[in-house]
Amino acid sequence: MFGWEFPPHILGGLGTASYGLTRGMAQQEDMEITFVIPKPWGDEDQSFLKIIGANNTPIVWHDINWERAQARLEKFMDPKDYFQLRDHIYADFSYMHTNDLGCLEFSGRYPNNILEETNNYSIVAGVIARSYAFDIIHAHDWLTYPAGLHAKSVTGKPLVIHVHATEFDRSRGKPNPIVYNIEKDGMDNCDHIVCVSDLTRKTVIENYHQPYWKVTTVHNAVDPLSPEIDGIERQSGVSEKVVTFLGRITMQKGPEFFVDAATQVIRKTDHIRFVMAGSGDMMDQMIRLVADRGIAHKFHFTGFLRGKQVYEMLKSSDVYVMPSVSEPFGISPLEAMQCGVPSIISYQSGCSEILHNVIKTDYWDVDAMADAIYSICTYPAMAEHLKKEGKIEVDNIKWEDAGLKIRHIYDSLM
Amino acid sequence: MKNICFYFQIHQPFRLKRYRFFNIGRDHYYFDDYANEEILQQITARSYIPANRMLLDLVNQYKGKFKVTFSISGVALEQMEIFAPEVIDGFRELAKTGHVEFLAETYAHSLSSLFDPEEFRNQVQQHAQRIEMLFGIKPTVVRNTELIYSDEIAEMVYDMGYTRMITEGAKHVLGWKSPNYVYQAATRPEMKLLLKNSRFSDDITYRFSNYSWNEYPLTAEKFISWIAATPPDEELINLFMNYETLGNLQPAHTGIFEFFKALPRFAIENGIGFTTPGEALDSHEAIGTMLVPNTISWSDEERDVSAWLGNKLQQSALKSLYEVGERVRLCTDRRLKQDWIYLQSSDHFYYMSTKHFGTGQSQFSPYMSPYDAFNNYMNVLSDFIARVRAQYPDTVDNEELNALLTTIHNQEMEIKRLQLELKTVIGSNEDLLVAKGKSQKAEKEK
Repeated sequence: MFGWEFPPHILGGLGTASYGLTRGMAQQEDMEITFVIPKPWGDEDQSFLKIIGANNTPIVWHDINWERAQARLEKFMDPKDYFQLRDHIYADFSYMHTNDLGCLEFSGRYPNNILEETNNYSIVAGVIARSYAFDIIHAHDWLTYPAGLHAKSVTGKPLVIHVHATEFDRSRGKPNPIVYNIEKDGMDNCDHIVCVSDLTRKTVIENYHQPYWKVTTVHNAVDPLSPEIDGIERQSGVSEKVVTFLGRITMQKGPEFFVDAATQVIRKTDHIRFVMAGSGDMMDQMIRLVADRGIAHKFHFTGFLRGKQVYEMLKSSDVYVMPSVSEPFGISPLEAMQCGVPSIISYQSGCSEILHNVIKTDYWDVDAMADAIYSICTYPAMAEHLKKEGKIEVDNIKWEDAGLKIRHIYDSLM
Repeated sequence: MKNICFYFQIHQPFRLKRYRFFNIGRDHYYFDDYANEEILQQITARSYIPANRMLLDLVNQYKGKFKVTFSISGVALEQMEIFAPEVIDGFRELAKTGHVEFLAETYAHSLSSLFDPEEFRNQVQQHAQRIEMLFGIKPTVVRNTELIYSDEIAEMVYDMGYTRMITEGAKHVLGWKSPNYVYQAATRPEMKLLLKNSRFSDDITYRFSNYSWNEYPLTAEKFISWIAATPPDEELINLFMNYETLGNLQPAHTGIFEFFKALPRFAIENGIGFTTPGEALDSHEAIGTMLVPNTISWSDEERDVSAWLGNKLQQSALKSLYEVGERVRLCTDRRLKQDWIYLQSSDHFYYMSTKHFGTGQSQFSPYMSPYDAFNNYMNVLSDFIARVRAQYPDTVDNEELNALLTTIHNQEMEIKRLQLELKTVIGSNEDLLVAKGKSQKAEKEK
């Protein structure tokens, strides 16, 4: 598998999904997974799969002895692997900038020279593909499609690409042509495409012109909460109900619709407060909008939340709202439901395809959203029912089942 | 002799319009007239009118040997009066033949029997009056909403002065017993019960046009032969169904009307007659007791009330509704009382059911989800309750209020009485004055 992120060092939903999916698949006894990421940190959970760092894979032959390799790489992988990989260098890359082990540097993030980094990643993939025996290649998101294609051309093994988001989602319909081309090339030349929702599947079929039989939806799932997180207590110091928006404050997430709904509710009631948690390029604009509407006394911004803070915020909320304009899947409502928070999501989110015990509205239907917020905060039966049934429902959405669906696709390709 | 007892249920709720929380306190009209009219007229054209015509023909053709029974909820009658008066005319004509019976039920097709005994009594009374006024027939048999029944309800109905009821022949209650006899209620032996034969009823309602059913196609001949094959001492076959089965649930092209037209012929050939619940209960003695401690209904596989009371949403909505019942009955505002009836229809709570998630959300629901249904209903109810509260101050409790209202009422009567007395006193005084004046005049003249 080629991926870009792996917990605990993650930047977005891709890392969480990669972890959950591989973990779910690893429950199948005959499944062996090798996961390639650009830059491991050494503290990844390798109990159920093997992680290979692209930045630890040599592409230029250097005379390194065992002790040296062990000293440098022990944290990340078995030094044996280094030598095995070194034996499969397939071309002369000595013109490239490599370190003393003959490896390329990777940032493992989303830097400005991301295209160069994906290209380097693909070079490394050639070495890895020649070094190990495997049956299937699985690539997560466009950054790894070239690597997947490279591995396929070297070995002839079937390639599955996994679409967690498309350029159309990220740019609200104005795709970057370079990225689009990489995505399209990947989709055209792979053997099967897996999408995280029917919504994404539709985009892939319509905007990337793929035949429908080549594209399958496998909905994401969610990992059970750890007891540590489950034990977090509500911290809210106000008596009012708390309604939360949690996510990047960007165009894709529809924060302005949340502010509009809040305005409607605050004008009519005085027992509800609103929180917008997260940061993003539209944050300043939202703060101005809130001030303009004159609702700043009941509308709060928290800034960026990390790790445990996210769950503290959720546990202190009475309603979670995700008015996303276009969301390939959107795992956060599932996390809110795990914390027992009633959720309101837009029909334009992929997760609305599998969730029943949530309230769904169109992202632009501010009236309906305001009405739903009011209802959950005012009628206790509604909140209790959503809380209880939502938790039961989300506890039954398991990565294991997603893993089985992926397996089914693999079996059909082999 | 075997008899088939047909009874058709007709009910249409007043569906609510989209009512957002900002409407609370501002907008006191709750109903979606457009949808109600549209739906009623559609069903009228597809089902009620052709079915009425067909049944009238059959009753006339067989000169009283073919009989049917209807149970039409009060809210359905009101909607027909507004949107499709020709349906009421059709029922009137059927009533005139003398071979058609009408049943009593709750006016609003409500769940009041489970929450508010006084409301239940009022509604059954109100409904019986309405039926008598429209069709000239006084109902003598009670059929509770959706055949909801329990020992307790039997007792309430008995206390209203009825001794005959209809309910579901639920398997978990009957056990090995057959629904084709008359039973008596456990708590009130005087109360006689007629039970629905689920198998034969569902053959028509649900399976009639089902291609994958091994008995498809169902012909009148085959159906009657099944009935004729039941043990000879089982004399009553009670076929209870929704009137919409004719033409809507089973569209005309399935041949449902032809099936019904042919039924009496084959029945009579096989020596099977037709009867109505009233006649059947009169001519048969109860052969056993039915003990129903837990409430049953004719809905779902479970035959219980979970379709309306299955989740917290429904329970809480019903609780909030019936909490104000007593107060509403003290009010005199006619619009308030009308809304009170319309808001009680069981359908509003059925739309909130989460029993069928995934497996095709109720096809009758006008809402996208049960949560949507709850939300909308609660907003309407909040406004309604605020209106009820506005009638009398909240600080006075019901008992006190009742006493005060009685006092006011009595005082009004007293004032009227005194005014009347005053009038007579003044009148007699005037007479006296006139007489006095006259005598003085006469004296002067002298």
